[in-house]
Amino acid sequence: MNFYNFAYLDEQTKRMVRRALLKAVAVPGHQVPFGSREMPLPYGWGTGGIQVTASILGRGDVLKVIDQGADDTTNAVSIRRFFARTAGVATTTRTAEASVIQTRHRIPETALREGQIIVYQVPLPEPLSRLEPSRAAAREMHALGDYGLMHVKLYEDIARLGQVSISYDYPVMVNRRHLMAPSPIPAFDNPKLDQSPALHLFGAGREKRIYAVPPYTEVRSLDFEDHPFRLTRAPQACALCGARSSYLDEIVTDDMGGRMFICSDTDYCQEQRGKAAAA
Amino acid sequence: MAYVAVKGGERAIDAAHAWLAEERRGDPDVPEIAIAQIGEQLGRAVDRVMAEASCYDPELAALAIKQAQGDLIEAAFLLRAYRTTLPRFAAARPIDTDAMRIRRRISAIYKDLPGGQVLGPTYDYTHRLLDFRLAEGAPAANDPPVASAPQNLVEEDAAAGRMKRVSAILAHEGLIEEDGASDIPSGDLTREPLAFPAGRDLRLQALARGDEGFLLALGYSTQRGWGGTHPFVGEIRVGEVAIEIEPPELGFPIEIGDVTVTECQMVNQFKGSKAVPPQFTRGYGLCFGHGERKAMAMALVDRAMRAEELGEEVTAPAQTIEFVLSHCDNIEATGFVEHLKLPHYVDFQSELETIRRLRREAEAFAAQDQRKAAE
Repeated sequence: MNFYNFAYLDEQTKRMVRRALLKAVAVPGHQVPFGSREMPLPYGWGTGGIQVTASILGRGDVLKVIDQGADDTTNAVSIRRFFARTAGVATTTRTAEASVIQTRHRIPETALREGQIIVYQVPLPEPLSRLEPSRAAAREMHALGDYGLMHVKLYEDIARLGQVSISYDYPVMVNRRHLMAPSPIPAFDNPKLDQSPALHLFGAGREKRIYAVPPYTEVRSLDFEDHPFRLTRAPQACALCGARSSYLDEIVTDDMGGRMFICSDTDYCQEQRGKAAAA
Repeated sequence: MAYVAVKGGERAIDAAHAWLAEERRGDPDVPEIAIAQIGEQLGRAVDRVMAEASCYDPELAALAIKQAQGDLIEAAFLLRAYRTTLPRFAAARPIDTDAMRIRRRISAIYKDLPGGQVLGPTYDYTHRLLDFRLAEGAPAANDPPVASAPQNLVEEDAAAGRMKRVSAILAHEGLIEEDGASDIPSGDLTREPLAFPAGRDLRLQALARGDEGFLLALGYSTQRGWGGTHPFVGEIRVGEVAIEIEPPELGFPIEIGDVTVTECQMVNQFKGSKAVPPQFTRGYGLCFGHGERKAMAMALVDRAMRAEELGEEVTAPAQTIEFVLSHCDNIEATGFVEHLKLPHYVDFQSELETIRRLRREAEAFAAQDQRKAAE
């Protein structure tokens, strides 16, 4: 692959992305526009995350890529291969061993530590987009800290359904200032963002936005005093490792209503099974 | 030289057509492309032309593509103009996609499910790096060795039985709305003019032959907040299904052939209304050939157009049935846009006269005002 630079992107582009990243870290939760490039994977496949990863990756990094929590899903395999091919960095499936984790739709169950960077693939960075489709208008609301629209949406859900009906990409308030879309992770994962020792970087390629949650930042899921934020997960235990606190995937085993529940985080599941076998 | 000389338009047209034929053939030193090559090697183009022409005939679609120099809307137009001359001798029974001979079947909502995930031939996980080996006629980087095509694997599965659609799995728990009844005769907008409000049968027909690019943009707009539908890809399947007709004199159905289709079932969040409990709703996409982008966009727009039926607020273009159906047909659209090239001398002449008169009057008023101001 001598035709392409280390980690595919040219150094000028990486510098531009890094500048956006620095600004994003300086203003937690604020969406920084950046000159997103055409990537050799389609928009929606993680072009934002890939550009962020490409820009921060060094030769000594160890990369983990997950999609839906799993290392073995097709898109995760594809992106991991892409970086193995264009950057030649070491890859791993172990959360604890990775220095950079690129993810789509999950935060690993194993707590992240200082020095780790997790890169999110973001389809829709604008948390207000379902309420205000114009990006120009939404940007003004962010500038004014005017998030009444979102509170009204939550209130209406509670008034009509008795609960907030958002189950993923649940909006959060970052550093008490910016409303942020945590990307379509299940609301179950939201609390992992709060005061996390790791650096969280969010890349949206098609929408050309980068944002960040630096280490030890307050991240609150929006709620009301009398209707506190609630986690949702299937009530079962993992059929493979028995975990009762991890997020589960539902697997259809037949067409008679048969179901099986297993950890969505494949690394975590494996680790639990290893522990059980050792005990 | 003028495109309509006062006389001699006929000669100009003949000369233009001769030039076009020459341009179509290109450099005669380069071998001429054969219909079979188009059919075999430009299959996605053939599929798109068949879908937008609503005429399933890969050979004729390939011919149309050759004749249109690869202009796919022009090719769909050629094929539609042929389709319209065909006699109708029967209406097929509804196709049974449960019984599809599956080439590709994926669900984005379950990691695993009965029948499994069948990746099939897809560009989804290719890296978009130009493969210069193809330019030299060498096998592409990802070409499998000839013997390892996993054909039999899929066919064994399919032979083992029908592959239930994901919607049936969700229906088992009552979490998704029921499918519409299939025994109601559907309308045909190629025989009866479209009137509004249009039923879902006609809407789906219009979308199935609608322009892929237009539907793609509309579907995309719903994802960005202009009429959001909270979609999940319940399932996409691609493969061959049998076409059956039931001649009245026989009294039982007979198979008359196979067609390749792509089916997409979107599963959409729905919070319920006064009359309907919270449940998943459906958006449906189906098109001839292998056309996942088309089927998915169709399913998004189908669901968006059901806003009014489901008691949702209609605010965006994709939710406005009349807007979508009136503009999704690319043969109609290209005709009306491109007709602006035709002579409009007469109309323009009357416009010229009108604008001159208006200017004269405006000047007269201005002069009058000036006089008044001076007095």
